[in-house]
Amino acid sequence: MNMRTPLKKVRGLGAAREGTEHFWRQRVTAAANVPLFLFFIGFLIKYNGKPFPEVVGALHNPIVATIMGLMVISGIVHMKLGMQMIIEDYIHSEWQKVSLLMLNTFFSFLLGALCLFAVLKIGFAG
Amino acid sequence: MANVTNNRPLSPHLQIYKMIPTMAMSILHRITGGALYFGTILVAWWLIAAASGPGYYEFVNGIFGSWIGRLVLLGYTWALIHHMLGGLRHFMMDFGYGLEKALSTQLAKAQVAASIVLTILVWIVGYLVR
Ligand code: HEM
Ligand code: HEM
Repeated sequence: MNMRTPLKKVRGLGAAREGTEHFWRQRVTAAANVPLFLFFIGFLIKYNGKPFPEVVGALHNPIVATIMGLMVISGIVHMKLGMQMIIEDYIHSEWQKVSLLMLNTFFSFLLGALCLFAVLKIGFAG
Repeated sequence: MANVTNNRPLSPHLQIYKMIPTMAMSILHRITGGALYFGTILVAWWLIAAASGPGYYEFVNGIFGSWIGRLVLLGYTWALIHHMLGGLRHFMMDFGYGLEKALSTQLAKAQVAASIVLTILVWIVGYLVR
């Protein structure tokens, strides 16, 4: 016997244990990624192979540093959500799924922390 | 309650279906997304190198500049551009456009062509301005 209404059953019980939030954040970060990663490509076109002082000088610029920081945040959130989707689609054993989802979170936060630290250090100190 | 998750009929998997362009692009979107996921290691490495000082930066630059480094970065560029174009196609379809059979197939084919052309263009310009 189950006394819960169909709505109550559906809420928060998808494969991701949540509703449209995941989908929506994936879209918002995807939309943000377009200009941010275009900027990144442009930056690399301009500064590939350039000597260290020139590259760091460019990254030291407040506008560049801010955009790089935003790119890291949007990119990391987006890739974390995306990999979560892939894991949920293909991994069916519960403990493997939970472990991989956790690993995904740790990996994404670690890379995000490394990137942000680097961007901020160059931004503040050069 | 009966165990409803056992003995469910499974839908046939990939190899049953004829590969068509839209399907290939769907798979490629996931593959490029996964590749970019690990490619972020390269972005983090490069940023950390720039934050570490000239010695380490030049060392990492040397690895990225080797022929195998360049090959990996070329792959990263293509994955990023292809995935970005795929994302834009996703947006279009989310709003209900471009879903007709002929058009969606054309757009899927155009995506491959455009991603290759743009990748080559980015690298040519990248070399020209060095
Ligand atoms: C540059 C602009 C980008 C755009 C426009 C974009 C767009 C999208 C969209 C719309 C989805 C959802 C696909 C779906 O619902 O099936 C998606 C999935 C994904 N994206 Fe991106 N993305 C971008 C960059 C990136 C980057 C830089 C990464 C990794 C660092 C990444 C990793 C992923 C992953 C892992 C998925 C999940 C793939 C799947 O579920 O099939 N994306 N992307
Ligand atoms: C070679 C064949 C197929 C491949 C490679 C494939 C691949 C994928 C991928 C990568 C996704 C998740 C990303 C996205 O939404 O773009 C997906 C989602 C989905 N596919 Fe397929 N698919 C195939 C065939 C089919 C078929 C034949 C059906 C239905 C009979 C189907 C039904 C679905 C549904 C309903 C979703 C959404 C699942 C969800 O939102 O959790 N797919 N497919």
